[in-house]
Amino acid sequence: MQLSFGTRLFLRVSTALTLVFLYLPLIVIGIYAFNASRVQRWPLDGLTLDWFDKALHNPGARHALTTSLQAGLAATAIALLLGTLAAFAVARYRFFGRESVSFLVILPLALPGIVTGMALNSSFTQVLGVNLGLATVVVGHATFCIVVVYNNVIARLRRVSPSLEEASADLGAHTWQTFWFVLFPQMRSALVAGGLLAFALSFDEVIVTTFTAGSDQTLPLWILENLSRPNQLPIVNVVGVLVIALSAIPVYVAQRLTADPAAAGTPR
Amino acid sequence: MAVEPATAPARRSVGRRLADLLHGRSRVQLALLLSGPLGWLLVAYLGSLAVLFVAAFWRLDDFSGTIVHSWSTTNFQTLWDGQVYRTIVGRTVGIAALVTITDAVIAFPIAFYMAKVASRRTRGMLIVAILMPLWASYLVKVYAWRQILNEEGILNWALGPLGLKGPGFGVVATWLVFSYLWLPYMILPVYAGLERIPNSLLDASGDLGARPWRTVRTVVFPLVFPAVVAGSIFTFSLTLGDYITPQLVSNTQFIGNVVYANVGVANNLPLAAAFATVPVVVMVAYLLVARRLGAFEQL
Repeated sequence: MQLSFGTRLFLRVSTALTLVFLYLPLIVIGIYAFNASRVQRWPLDGLTLDWFDKALHNPGARHALTTSLQAGLAATAIALLLGTLAAFAVARYRFFGRESVSFLVILPLALPGIVTGMALNSSFTQVLGVNLGLATVVVGHATFCIVVVYNNVIARLRRVSPSLEEASADLGAHTWQTFWFVLFPQMRSALVAGGLLAFALSFDEVIVTTFTAGSDQTLPLWILENLSRPNQLPIVNVVGVLVIALSAIPVYVAQRLTADPAAAGTPR
Repeated sequence: MAVEPATAPARRSVGRRLADLLHGRSRVQLALLLSGPLGWLLVAYLGSLAVLFVAAFWRLDDFSGTIVHSWSTTNFQTLWDGQVYRTIVGRTVGIAALVTITDAVIAFPIAFYMAKVASRRTRGMLIVAILMPLWASYLVKVYAWRQILNEEGILNWALGPLGLKGPGFGVVATWLVFSYLWLPYMILPVYAGLERIPNSLLDASGDLGARPWRTVRTVVFPLVFPAVVAGSIFTFSLTLGDYITPQLVSNTQFIGNVVYANVGVANNLPLAAAFATVPVVVMVAYLLVARRLGAFEQL
């Protein structure tokens, strides 16, 4: 489309401003992490690295980090298994209610977190009578992480022609050999990407976790609790920066893995 | 692949025998594939939702503070009659709509730039640049806005010399922070929608004498509208159920806050469950309208 100089300028400027808007808070929190004073005031009184040291040795934050990592890894493992199975079923078979599977998988993420959280909480405490803790957090997280894996795997399966699997079977490979030697190599990056995104989602989640964690604090819950303690804010700043880094890196890697290699690097 | 001799079936491994058993039996394969995920989602998730929905029909005994397990519509009656609840529903839906409009307006220029102006390389970088803040910790982003909007924060410092003041904490802050949080969810589908519009269509419009703005208004907008609706599903639903942002940047009550307060402080799960059906019903209605507008193909 032929755009006038003015229109192009407007689009460029709005794009730049939108990016500034998106990154400003992240940069601000990054700068505050180096704040020399306990007082959270702009402009900063000075810069220091002390809070990084203090945050890394803060027992509460470290314990919460461990819990978060455990919950994230366990939830990701379950989501990888269940999401892949569901994606295979929907992509490779025809059956009654196939459309509803996609709907059912996305539901835990589409409904407000507070509804999912309350629902799981009441069935854990009122019906099953289990104690809330790491295990219940894992169940909650796995439930809404399935969709991330499912979406990644199904998108890949749609690009991989079923005729490859048929050819493998025709050549005498049994079900597992076809999976391991033909399908899995093509699925690997989609599984890694789905797993990374599921982990990032779990690592970040606040609301469902609030309702399922009991006394086991994850890192977001630790941050939420310490936001109301002015004394702790310098450490919260540092933890915030680390959390952003820990959730941004998996996303970046996942994006690189799923980007269409044929489309990358070619001029338009 | 060597074919195993048919005389030695006994030595076959369990896995191999299972593979033979599955061979050609697509119904059995399907049942095995689906039993795990469907079992999990139906039992752990839909089962829990059912438990919650049933709890909405119980009630809290005012004197003993215990939950009475007998069917009644008391909670829904309370919510329907309470003026304050209606105000809160109106406020929540209103903010959700406002946030959706704000995000659509901000998203359009950058999405248009990405889809129709930027080089392929720039476009790829912009997509990553939008994805990263989307996945950065929700809580940390809200907290960052607290630091910015704070009385002694960066915004008042920047506006001070101009004799202006930031909005501080309140409904405006809630609107601003929600718009910030969900903006990437709007940009990405709108970008994908614009990307799908063939350039030749825009050129044709120009050749027929339409000025750029007219092309945007009469050709681009109608075609990209379903994508905007797709993005609005996120901006709208995420605002509808959130209680943490309002709690952190305002004192104002939204649906989520009332639900949360009833679960935690008041220990009135039945009322909370009943009130939680409001965003669910609104969202289901919204999804039905969105599907009719063709938004699901744009997700």
